[in-house]
Amino acid sequence: MIVFDGVSHDYGGGALFRDASLRLEGGSFHFLTGPSGAGKSTLLKLCYGELLPSSGKITLMGQDRSTMTRDQLAEARQRIGVVHQDCQFLDHLSVAQNVGLPMTATGRRLLDTDLHDLLGWVGLADRAEALPPTLSGGERQRAALARAVIAAPSLLLADEPTGNLDWEMSQRLLLLMLELNRMGTAVLIATHDLNLIRFAKAHANARVLRISGRKLTLAGAEL
Amino acid sequence: MSTGAISGLVVPRSGQSVWLVVCSAAAMAFLAVFVLALAASSAQLARGWEAQLAETATIRISAPPEDMEMQTALVLEVLRTTPGIADSRVMDTAEQAALLEVWLGPDLPLDTLPMPRLIELRETPEGPDRQGLRLRLSAEAPGAVYDDHTRWRRPLVQAAARLQGVALVALLLIGGVTCAIIALAASASLASNGQVIKVLRLVGARDRFIAAAFVKRISQLAVLGAGGGTALAMAVLWALPELGGAAAHMAGIGFDGAEWLWPLLVPPVAMGLAFLSSLATAFHVLRGVT
Ligand SMILES: Nc1ncnc2c1ncn2[C@@H]1O[C@H](COP(=O)(O)OP(=O)(O)OP(=O)(O)O)[C@@H](O)[C@H]1O
Ligand SMILES: [Mg+2]
Repeated sequence: MIVFDGVSHDYGGGALFRDASLRLEGGSFHFLTGPSGAGKSTLLKLCYGELLPSSGKITLMGQDRSTMTRDQLAEARQRIGVVHQDCQFLDHLSVAQNVGLPMTATGRRLLDTDLHDLLGWVGLADRAEALPPTLSGGERQRAALARAVIAAPSLLLADEPTGNLDWEMSQRLLLLMLELNRMGTAVLIATHDLNLIRFAKAHANARVLRISGRKLTLAGAEL
Repeated sequence: MSTGAISGLVVPRSGQSVWLVVCSAAAMAFLAVFVLALAASSAQLARGWEAQLAETATIRISAPPEDMEMQTALVLEVLRTTPGIADSRVMDTAEQAALLEVWLGPDLPLDTLPMPRLIELRETPEGPDRQGLRLRLSAEAPGAVYDDHTRWRRPLVQAAARLQGVALVALLLIGGVTCAIIALAASASLASNGQVIKVLRLVGARDRFIAAAFVKRISQLAVLGAGGGTALAMAVLWALPELGGAAAHMAGIGFDGAEWLWPLLVPPVAMGLAFLSSLATAFHVLRGVT
């Protein structure tokens, strides 16, 4: 699904990580941890093609990222759900319209029942017609997760998806992601939340990636 | 919610470029309608002059009084036997006096002046062989001069045609300026809606969808503006004779009959131009944004 081969990234102030190699297979479940500023969000951006690596090769959905056209990238993204750390929406459209966007903006059919079931699951049923700027931080994260999963993607990338949520809602969202994973979606979640990682490990075969000291490593079974 | 419906919504309705597009499309449409009216009026004028002048001609005979009757008879004979002449008639002294009165006043002692004689003739629509007629006249009646008014007609018709050429150039300029303004507004709109483009890219929308959303919004605004400008210009043209009185009638700018349908082409043409120029701009800008 996603393959990193000797990837480095550098915004101009020195490499964040060097020679990182990674394989995300279909149906896998990974967490990504590391200190703030280590480059977790950066690695996720490389995964959905927003950034190009400074060196090394990234393969997205079987295609070399460096030679993909914009249309090919768009097609790949139709199969990738993304939850940004700073969830961005179309502020003039309702929550429901924003959540449905991955379907409607790519010519896919959106069933109202699917939309409402999903909004209900993330606890936003009564905020469906609200405008995004009126949402709380946690509501934004839930809306962003709903948008990321509405198209039943093959890969879900989530950057701190539970950062603003209480433990109960965090569990609820994690269960949603575990459920998707059970149906075949590969999941990669960047998080600091060790409870979340423990909870997931109890329910699925989750592995932990760690960025530290400019290296990407697969952590042992210490958790 | 379908793809078509959402594509009309993803670009916000607000923003400065909204007014830029609406107002400039309105102004350009207003100008375009007036230029069309100018072209229509000059065509009307040219047609009018041509109709008045085309089928009449005069022959002027200047001869000593003793030869006058004979030359007149000869000329009339020539005219009778020339194909393409429908009718000919010698103007009598009273008619000539009436013609000259305008210039020389009513108390003209015409009898005492050596007046040339005028023969008025009506030509058939095909007209005579003018060169042949001139030759025959100069052979038979050396005092006769054939005047078919082409000397007068040609510059008038040429002037009208030139006016229409100027109108065409003006229309092309208006179209060009419209395209430039729309392209400017489109790139301003794309630049100020960076977040919209970012979110749409994130959810996997293709350039085609994103461009179409912007193009749709801008074309709608352009049609709105152009429709308003066209309606206003048509109303002004309609009211012009009443507003300006006799002067407006003399200037004679306006449409006639079915020509009133011409300005209805302005909004669709504006939409076409807005569509093409915003589409080109959108693809150009999107190529640069990754
Ligand atoms: N667009 C950018 N231009 C320059 N530097 C950047 C850019 N984005 C991020 N950085 C820098 O790269 C480093 C890694 O950023 P990143 O957002 O990947 O960290 P992170 O691991 O996600 O941190 P956090 O846990 O706080 O979210 C940071 O030092 C950040 O300042
Ligand atoms: Mg981050």
